[in-house]
Amino acid sequence: MSNKPVTRRGVLKTGAVAGAGVALPTIFTASSAAAYTNEPTGGTVTLGFNVPQTGPYAEEGNDELLAQQLAVEHLNGEGDGGCLNTFTSKALKGNGILGKKVEFVTGDTQTKSDAARASAKSMIEKDGAIMINGGSSSGVAVAVQGLCQEAGVIFMAGLTHANDTTGKDKKANGFRHFFNAYMSGAALAPVLAKEMGTDRRAYHLTADYNWGWTQEESIVASTEAMGWETVNTVKTPLASTDFSSYIAPVLNSGADVLVLNHYGGNMVNSLTNAIQFGLLDKVVNGKDFKIVVPLYSELMAAGAGENIKGVLGSMNWNWQLQDEGTKAFVKSFGEKYGKPPSNSAQTCYAQVLLYADACERAGTFNPCGVVEALEGFEFDGLGNGPTLYRADDHQCFKDVLVVRGNMNPTNAYDTLEIVEITPRAQVEYAPDHPMFAGGDLGKCNPGA
Amino acid sequence: MDAILLQILNGLDKGSAYALIALGLTLIFGTLGVVNFAHGALFMIGAFCAVTLQKIFSLSYEVIDETQTDFLGNPLKVKTPYVESWFGPELGAVIIDWSVPLAILFAIPIMLGVGYAMERGLIKHFYKRPHADQILVTFGLAIVLQEIVKYFFGANPIQTPPPAALSGSVDLGVALGFDPNAIIYPIWRLVYFLFAVVIIGGVFSFLQFTTFGMVVRAGMADRETVGLLGINIDRRFTIMFGIAAAVAGLAGVMYGPLNPPNYHMGMDFLVLSFVVVVVGGMGSLPGAVLAGFLLGILESFASTTWATTTIPGINQIIIYLVAIIVLLTRPRGLMGRKGVMEE
Repeated sequence: MSNKPVTRRGVLKTGAVAGAGVALPTIFTASSAAAYTNEPTGGTVTLGFNVPQTGPYAEEGNDELLAQQLAVEHLNGEGDGGCLNTFTSKALKGNGILGKKVEFVTGDTQTKSDAARASAKSMIEKDGAIMINGGSSSGVAVAVQGLCQEAGVIFMAGLTHANDTTGKDKKANGFRHFFNAYMSGAALAPVLAKEMGTDRRAYHLTADYNWGWTQEESIVASTEAMGWETVNTVKTPLASTDFSSYIAPVLNSGADVLVLNHYGGNMVNSLTNAIQFGLLDKVVNGKDFKIVVPLYSELMAAGAGENIKGVLGSMNWNWQLQDEGTKAFVKSFGEKYGKPPSNSAQTCYAQVLLYADACERAGTFNPCGVVEALEGFEFDGLGNGPTLYRADDHQCFKDVLVVRGNMNPTNAYDTLEIVEITPRAQVEYAPDHPMFAGGDLGKCNPGA
Repeated sequence: MDAILLQILNGLDKGSAYALIALGLTLIFGTLGVVNFAHGALFMIGAFCAVTLQKIFSLSYEVIDETQTDFLGNPLKVKTPYVESWFGPELGAVIIDWSVPLAILFAIPIMLGVGYAMERGLIKHFYKRPHADQILVTFGLAIVLQEIVKYFFGANPIQTPPPAALSGSVDLGVALGFDPNAIIYPIWRLVYFLFAVVIIGGVFSFLQFTTFGMVVRAGMADRETVGLLGINIDRRFTIMFGIAAAVAGLAGVMYGPLNPPNYHMGMDFLVLSFVVVVVGGMGSLPGAVLAGFLLGILESFASTTWATTTIPGINQIIIYLVAIIVLLTRPRGLMGRKGVMEE
């Protein structure tokens, strides 16, 4: 036993060395844990599904949620595998993602930007969600995309159609599978010219918010390019429930086409009002009056009922397509839930698989690895034909559908018929196109 | 001129809904002194009475048709409504077609019952509480009611079309000496306006020309004195609450064909109707009707291209602008009793 005296300096030295020794592994551990936000450490990985569960788009949100749950089942090797069997990338094996079982949490966007951000934040911070998927509004998509960029998680957008989502508001951590307003215009214009001629006068009623403005801009540009004249563009408040005051002036405006840049309840009511005023029975400028709804959804079509008969519009996808990816998804979804999926459900399903596949190919959940794997990724077999996730703006490029309200539906689900599958090349545009100008993709943010 | 007439018609149409809802709101305030923020929900429940009756008439049995397939490729289940098999295809189809007008008969007892249950079960406990408490509890009730409707009917709008004979539009321009096609107006919107006039006339006649109505009016003027005469005025006021609920409900039934009902439609009308009541004068029945039609017409004109180009956003604020002006210059409202809202 040593009789060495204990000095103050000795205690400090020993303490410093011991402290450094204890701290060293902690520093490494901390460094490892902070590699990126919510790195999965156990046997599971948590995805966050942020959809409208209340509010006007609750039905659409519910459909998205069903599709996302189905995607999780397929990723975990349950059910019939759905599009895992048709997806051209074979990285997914039905054993979760990178060997970890997939779990999910859900949030309610309420189709309000602040509520959507709050629910996404909660899923990221409290539930450890490593990515956020879904939604049914461009305002929500832009808000949540910004949050995910700051938080360092991947955002896979659901139904968002405004150009800005992958235009001036694009973010490196955000990806959009759904088509956009420019693509709607590019796909619709040739069909409109073919069916209605190039000498038409259009009157636009536009929902007075970001999505409505970008859609109006896109449709005006594409129709004027083929010779149409725009008689008037009228903005209608988003909270409007009755559009009779806006429809009545159309009758005496000299227009022979009414373009309804409305979605959801707005579209159902404005179209119903237009039909009530007998617009489709009118002959103006020697031509039959026509109505166009540039963005359709199956749920809107159901809400509009008989009023949509013969009315042209566009969609991202439809369950009646006959490719193998669509057939596999519709079979899976239909057998499980007893109804065909909507196009918002399809986009959310595809986004979950695309995220999982990117993780597998990157060999990591690190958002920067996922971004790298998704950028420039070419794939097929998810229902939209050959598709490219463009690196410049994280927008998917694929075929776009032009559809028409079915004149003779045989059941509750075939309310829309496919008029044309517009090839991808026709809806492509340069990354610096003026409608998508401004903003900066920036760099991926892995978070911690 | 034709454009002005069209907007007046639109305004009368919008005003019909405002007036009918505001009439019930102000009736409840005038009798019971309650600010009922669940009144919009009663309008919505009325609309869903029409949806429910339409669904009842459309109840079907299924027959498998081997010659057709569904979306999964299975044999198609063809649905045939029971009413068509009971009454024959033609009469059955007519019954389904007229489900909205028939829903008036269906809705009256339901709305009276809902109104009675609402007043006896909840609102009577808040008579002596401050208006803020009444607003909070009735607003909460409105949210509960709309969530119940959403649970059973979903969030999507549901079409309740008018009968085929009353759908489409008529050329009013020719009748009024204008060029053909100058004033084309939907038939059901004219029906809705006439219906509103009849209901408003009926409520006024009931209050003006019946003993019951006379007692209610006396109670509205001086509740205590009427009570001292040995009349159970509370019971009569409860019945008036039921009648106010029925008026809102019938407004909802007939509104369905104009814009497809959804669970949120009550909230869309609630604030506007409350503003109508304030502009007309709290507790004033003629004021509610006058303000309803007036604000409907003003809103309609404010939505014209000329108005929105001259003053951007005027279509969204016109009603509130009028309310501010009225409250500043005549706090009791256009036809309110002296002293009300003026203390």
